[in-house]
Amino acid sequence: MASLTIENLRKNYGATEVLKGIDIEIDDGGFLVLVGPSGCGKSTLLNTIAGLEEITSGDIKIGPKSVSGLHPSKRDIAMVFQSYALYPNMTVAQNISFGMEIRGIDKSEREAAIQKVADMLQIGELLHRKPSQLSGGQRQRVAMGRALVRDPQVFLFDEPLSNLDAKLRVDMRTEIKRLHQRMGTTIVYVTHDQIEALTLATKIAVLKDGYLQQFGTPAEVYNDPENMFVADFMGSPSMNLIEATVREENGKAAIQIAGDGAGAGDITLPANTPGLRDHMGGKVMFGIRPEALTDPEGADRTGADIIQQDCLIEVVEPAGSDTFAVTRLGGVEAIARLRADADIHAGQTAPLAFNMTKAVFFDPKTTARIR
Amino acid sequence: MSAPSQDNAVKGSIITRAIIYVVLILFVIYYLLPLYVMLVNSVKPLEEIRSGNMMEFPKVWTLEPWRAAWSYAQIGVEPSGLRPYFINSILMVVPAVLLSTILGALNGYVLTKWQFKGHGIVFGLLLLSCFIPFQIVLIPMARVLGFLGISGTIPGLVLVHLIYGIGFTTLFFRNYYAAFPTELVRAAQIDGAGFFQIFWRILLPSSAPIAVVTIIWQFTNVWNDFLFGASFSDFDSVPMTVALNNLVSSSTGVKEYNVHFAGAILAALPTLIVYIVSGRYFVRGLMAGAVKG
Ligand SMILES: Nc1ncnc2c1ncn2[C@@H]1O[C@H](COP(=O)(O)OP(=O)(O)O)[C@@H](O)[C@H]1O
Ligand SMILES: [Mg+2]
Repeated sequence: MASLTIENLRKNYGATEVLKGIDIEIDDGGFLVLVGPSGCGKSTLLNTIAGLEEITSGDIKIGPKSVSGLHPSKRDIAMVFQSYALYPNMTVAQNISFGMEIRGIDKSEREAAIQKVADMLQIGELLHRKPSQLSGGQRQRVAMGRALVRDPQVFLFDEPLSNLDAKLRVDMRTEIKRLHQRMGTTIVYVTHDQIEALTLATKIAVLKDGYLQQFGTPAEVYNDPENMFVADFMGSPSMNLIEATVREENGKAAIQIAGDGAGAGDITLPANTPGLRDHMGGKVMFGIRPEALTDPEGADRTGADIIQQDCLIEVVEPAGSDTFAVTRLGGVEAIARLRADADIHAGQTAPLAFNMTKAVFFDPKTTARIR
Repeated sequence: MSAPSQDNAVKGSIITRAIIYVVLILFVIYYLLPLYVMLVNSVKPLEEIRSGNMMEFPKVWTLEPWRAAWSYAQIGVEPSGLRPYFINSILMVVPAVLLSTILGALNGYVLTKWQFKGHGIVFGLLLLSCFIPFQIVLIPMARVLGFLGISGTIPGLVLVHLIYGIGFTTLFFRNYYAAFPTELVRAAQIDGAGFFQIFWRILLPSSAPIAVVTIIWQFTNVWNDFLFGASFSDFDSVPMTVALNNLVSSSTGVKEYNVHFAGAILAALPTLIVYIVSGRYFVRGLMAGAVKG
C-alpha cells in the first residue's frame, strides 16, 4: 500500500499534447477515479502511471519514491484492462500465475496463491478453462484475479466494467468496492461513467481535453463544481444550466430568468452568492440540479432558501422511484425531480420549489464558477 | 398466399442449384484433366503414348517411367535421375522457409508492438522488395554471393530465397499482428515478460493460422522457383525445377514422355502434399486475416 503523487505531468504524442500538466495526490488506501469523456486522456494517464507510456515531463511517485523511468513490472502495480487482456492460449490458472512464473516463483507457492485468489473471487471451478470458454463476467473476474495475485502497492483499472451488461456492472461495482474496503490497497480507476465515479471514489479527478478540471471528493465534485463542464458532466440527469440576468432587488442580488414571451412570465429568484455582485446587470449561467427543483411537498424541509414558482410542465416522465417533469426555463428545457406520486400532468402549470441553497452560478464567458 | 410462393422459391432454388453444380463439375473436370493426363501417361510404356491417344487408359501398366525419372534418367550429362536434385530442393526449401517465416514473424511483431521512429518507412521498404522484378537483382545478387563465398552452393540459394521471402512474410505477420490486441502485450509487460518471452509465450501460440499461410506461400514459391535456381546453382546444388528442365530437354535419343510426366509429378508432389495437408488452415488463415484485418 502506498500513496500516489502525480506532479505537473505532461504527455505528448509527437506534436499533440494529450496530458497538459496534471497534479493529483491520493493518500495510501485511497480510491482515485479518473473520469471524463472519451478521448480526454484517462487511459493515457493510467498508462503513464503503469509505465506503459513514457511521460514527457513531470513526475509520478508511488509512496515516497519516483517511478518515472522504471519498467512496468518494477513499479509494484497491477492493472486490469478494459478488454481484460487475458492470454488466449493459457488457462485461467496459467493466466493468473504467468507473472509469478516469469519471476521464477516455484510451483507450490504459485498454486497456493492461485487457490487463494480463486477462493476470494469464487472462480475455483474455472481454473482449467481457457478464456474463450468464459462469459464476460467470468473473464472480468479472472482479470481481477490476475491483478489481485500480485498483491501490489497500487491497482490500476481501465474501464473494467464497460464491457459488461447493466445488471452485472452494478454487481461488480459493489464487489470492487467491497474488495477495496477489505484490502485497503490504493486504487486508480478509469471510467467515463460518472455514476461509477461517484459510487466508488474517495477522490475524483475530472478530466477534459487533457486538463484536470477538478479534483476532490465525490461530494465536492457533485455539489461544488468548479466549472460548467464538471457541473454538466457529473450527475444524471445532468444539472440544469439556465441563462439568467443578475438584478438588484430590495438591496439584495437576485437572478431573473426570462419567460418565453407567451404563457410563462419572467421568474426572479433571490441569490446570495457574493460573487454575483460583480456581474450586476450582466448574464450568468444559473445551475440547479433536478433534485433541487422539485414539487413543494417533496422539497428539502431543512433548506433555508426554498422559493416556489409556477412553471408550465411540458412532459412528465414517471421513473418508478421518482417522477421527472420537464419545464422550460430561460428558453431551455429544465428537468425537475418530483416524488413518484406527485400529482402532476403535462400541460399543467404547477408550482415548483427551487432550493436556492443548492444553486450554483457560472460565468458564461469563461465557464468558471462564480463564488 | 405465402405457401405457393414458397413452393416456387424451393423449385427455383433446385434449378439454380443444379446449374451451379453442373458448372462446378465442369470446372473440376477442366482443372483435373491435366493431372489425369499426366498420371495416365506416366504409367504407360512409351510406345502406347506415341501410337495412341493421350487420353486413353494404359493397356499395359508399368512403373518403369517413375523408376527411371527418380533414379536413372539422363539429367543433363549424368544418368542420375531426379533424386539428388529432389534432395537439393529439400535442403534449400526447409531452411529458407523456416528462416523467412521466423524472421517475418519477428519483423511483424516489432513493426506492430514495438514501433520505433520510422517503422512505417522500414515496412514500406520491405514491401517494396515484394515488387522488385527478379531479373533486376540477378547480377548484384551474384556479386554478393561471390563476395560471401557461397556462390553455387545450397546455402547461397537459401540466402537468396530468404532475402526475397522476408518482404512477403513480414507483410503477412505484420497485418496479422496489427489486429492482435496490444493490451495483451502490455499485460505481459506488467507481468514482467521480456521481448522474446512475450513473442514466444503470448503471440506465437496464437499465430498458427498466419504461420500456415506463410509456410505454404513460401514453400510453393521457393520450391517452384526456376530463375534463381538456374542462375545461382552449380552441378551439385541444382534444384528440382532446373533438373526437371534438364531432364525434359536432354537431347539424347527419343523423348521419353512417360518419364517426363513422372518427373513432372515428382516435382509437383511436395507442394501438392503441403496443400492437401494444410489447405484447410490456409483458407481459414486467409479468412481470419480478412475478418480481422
Ligand atoms: N499512441 C497514440 N498516438 C497518438 N495519439 C494518441 C495515442 N494514444 C492516444 N492518443 C490520443 O490521446 C488522446 C487521449 O486518449 P486516451 O487516453 O485513450 O483517452 P480516453 O482513455 O480518455 O478515452 C486521444 O485524443 C487519442 O487520440
Ligand atoms: Mg480509454
